[in-house]
Amino acid sequence: MAKTWLTIIGLEIHAELKTASKMFCHCPADHFGRPANSQTCPVCLGLPGALPFANRQAIAWTIKTGLALDCQVNTVAKFDRKNYFYPDLPKGYQISQYDQPFCQHGQLDGIRLRRVHLEEDTAKMVHQPGQTLVDFNRAGVPLMEIVTEPDSRNGQQAKAFLKHLQQIIRHLKVSDCDMEKGSMRLEVNISLSRNPVNQLRVTSDELPKYKVEIKNLNSFRFVERAINYEITRQTALLRSGRQPRQETRGWDTKKQQTYSQRSKEEAHDYRYFPEPDLPPLKISRRQINLIKKQLPELPAGQQQRFQQQGLTEYQARVLVSHPQKAQYFEKVMLTIKNKIKINLAANLIINNKINFQKTSPRQLVAQITQKQPPPLGASRLQLIIKQILDKHPKAAADYRQGKAGAIKFLVGQVMSQSRGRANPDQTRQAIKSLLDK
Amino acid sequence: MALNELTIHAARTGLQAKQFSSTELVKACLARIKQTESKINALITVCEPSALREAKKADQNGYQPSVASRQPLAGIPLVIKDIFSTKGIKTTAGAKLLANYVPVYDATVVTRLKHAGAIILAKANLDAWAHGSSGENSEFGPTKNPWDLSRVPGGSSSGSAASVAADQCLAAMGTDTGGSVRLPASFCGVVGLKPTYGRVSRYGAIALASSLDSMGHLTKDVTDAALILQITAGPDGRDATMPDQPVPDYQKNLSPPLKNLTIGSLLPAKMAPPLKKIYQQALTVLAKQGAKMISVKLPHLDFAIAAYYLIMSSEVSANLARFDGTRFGADRQKFGAEAKRRIMLGTYALSAGYYDAYYRQALKVRTLIAQDFAQTFTKVDLIATPVSPELPFKLGEKTADPLKMYLSDLLTVPANLAGLPALSIPSGYVKQLPVGIQFLGPLFSEAKILQTAYHYEQQAPWQKKRPRL
Repeated sequence: MAKTWLTIIGLEIHAELKTASKMFCHCPADHFGRPANSQTCPVCLGLPGALPFANRQAIAWTIKTGLALDCQVNTVAKFDRKNYFYPDLPKGYQISQYDQPFCQHGQLDGIRLRRVHLEEDTAKMVHQPGQTLVDFNRAGVPLMEIVTEPDSRNGQQAKAFLKHLQQIIRHLKVSDCDMEKGSMRLEVNISLSRNPVNQLRVTSDELPKYKVEIKNLNSFRFVERAINYEITRQTALLRSGRQPRQETRGWDTKKQQTYSQRSKEEAHDYRYFPEPDLPPLKISRRQINLIKKQLPELPAGQQQRFQQQGLTEYQARVLVSHPQKAQYFEKVMLTIKNKIKINLAANLIINNKINFQKTSPRQLVAQITQKQPPPLGASRLQLIIKQILDKHPKAAADYRQGKAGAIKFLVGQVMSQSRGRANPDQTRQAIKSLLDK
Repeated sequence: MALNELTIHAARTGLQAKQFSSTELVKACLARIKQTESKINALITVCEPSALREAKKADQNGYQPSVASRQPLAGIPLVIKDIFSTKGIKTTAGAKLLANYVPVYDATVVTRLKHAGAIILAKANLDAWAHGSSGENSEFGPTKNPWDLSRVPGGSSSGSAASVAADQCLAAMGTDTGGSVRLPASFCGVVGLKPTYGRVSRYGAIALASSLDSMGHLTKDVTDAALILQITAGPDGRDATMPDQPVPDYQKNLSPPLKNLTIGSLLPAKMAPPLKKIYQQALTVLAKQGAKMISVKLPHLDFAIAAYYLIMSSEVSANLARFDGTRFGADRQKFGAEAKRRIMLGTYALSAGYYDAYYRQALKVRTLIAQDFAQTFTKVDLIATPVSPELPFKLGEKTADPLKMYLSDLLTVPANLAGLPALSIPSGYVKQLPVGIQFLGPLFSEAKILQTAYHYEQQAPWQKKRPRL
């Protein structure tokens, strides 16, 4: 029998926070499409003598994100210097967080989150024929890093997790998470392990001796494909008795395959040490509770609430994934209490039957309450009634035994099934005539 | 008395009384620079045209009370250690690597001095990157001690101290990471103040070791030390390590008599007898003013230099990483031997597997030393120590032995590790060479230190003695 391997995937997500100013200076943080080096100062250029001064908003937003992801917030956090050389790193070190990040030990969709921390983005290298230029507009933009435990088991799961994470961060309005503009960047760590004790939670000593890191993945689809590609590649190597190399790989969109970028023998010793220019931050319970209070309802909670209001899982999910539509729908719900009409409104919004930028929620409500729903064809109504009666034989029996409440229930079911398009009186007559036969 | 020999407060009185103009004052300084600079090499850049221009402007504005209250340093020429960024003026940090670096911004200290009306006369020589205790590490030639040209002026604020002692200027700004203001002040016979870490903004001063760097100054007397601190102290919203601590009126605080003052004396094990005698005489002067003297010990003092060199060099290794050849015109080969030594030492101390043995241990020692001081300050108001256990040494005497050079900082380094304020003041002369005494106090006790030093100076005005050049 062929040996089987368990896929172990850890994810690293970087999101640029959309604060007004950069992480450690007053330069604007919104850098996309700005003239090169037009948003710089001694601090973000790393000029001799310049000092960082931490952006409180960025810290609060990182904590907010951590709380939304069920993390514990550390009451003492600090920044550290991560030392390495690269032309896009003006100081020769990046201010990041090492052993005391703002948030730790969270979870989302059954995947544990190791940490949520804050650091500064690097400058952008612009490669041209024969030369490389550096644009420091991006240098010092607040960058939030989220690291998961190795809990994902396949590409589909990783993709769903990342989508949900993106939705949450956008919902919190702390980052645009726009992968095309680079405000969300994804990294995958993947390796294959042989039969760990607990398939869901692989212990650290069960982890394989190697790890492949895939960088520069700028879409969820590529994440899934790169993972699938790696599973095939690594499985083949392992089957032939070879251990995959510890390395960093990139994703070639044309060839639809990963390729080796650098091996881990060139790995850095970052020589982290506490950033002496920034004193450790004490975060009080009061501050944490304050941020917690400001936390909006999360997409999952909103979806659940919509379903409780009578929407199907599909309707609720579509609305929640379009924050503007969801917000519009919330306003409609304030004035309509009838589940059938709520359902109708949801459909109109989802199917773009109304232009919600032109029609006010009030106008829509008026439209729904005045206008009868388009009548249901008689044969379609008969069909639905038959389905409902088949589904609820007990209610039919109850009616025959003279229980008045049973007909109300059946009419309600038909109304719901027809999404409010059936006429209640007509339906009642039709059910009666069927059952009275 | 020549104008360049004046203290700031005396010059201010003269300007206000229209006895002379700032232009005359600046010209007197420039003349003295021309006369002495070839002997002492205290300066890297002399800003003659701009200084004269600024002096003219100050003279035009006048020195009536309405100006003086807004600009307490109106028309006063100062020398700035060449490690403070000065907009449009070359700032070398004493290193060839930055020989042509012209900052686009002013350090906070410079901004504040300019706002107060001060005139930048020149940028002072220093040990390259402020790495050194003698001034000999300057890549623009060593500064000589104005009292004896064959001896070192102390470092790293070597040029600042020598320039003030030689009356090239009225006062100078310096930085003190392990004694770099106090040792040269002591060796050159001037007053040197190292404020509490976080009292004066570090913004714009090229960093040596970020957790230790203190922005200080060298003056001709204690009154001037208080006057400058009044201007430089207080948060600027750019240095995140500055607490929101109110700035007291240091000048008003100087003259009230000392009351219920207890001074703890800390004497090093080895000290030349003539220096020891001077130190004890200084304590007697204070005792006569009613100060109670007790002897104190810091249990962990012996580990201070080792801890200091690990923490300092670790921070150096990161702080100098930006000079990587991508910008600033020169690559890492241009670093001098001492900078390379510190970069390598610090890189090693922070490396995986060594961090716990070196850097972390050093941080623990640092905490213990801070606790030693805190403990001692429950019993005494201030601590007095010599600044150096020896006289200014000969040029070249210690350059071959870095460790011996490092030990020059033995009595100054503890204040930096604990972040405490300290002041060095002339306390006598041995063979025509100045000897300083040092007062250390609890965090943010500058007012008490300045007051004590002021009363000492009134009784023992050694600062008035000037070298013959």
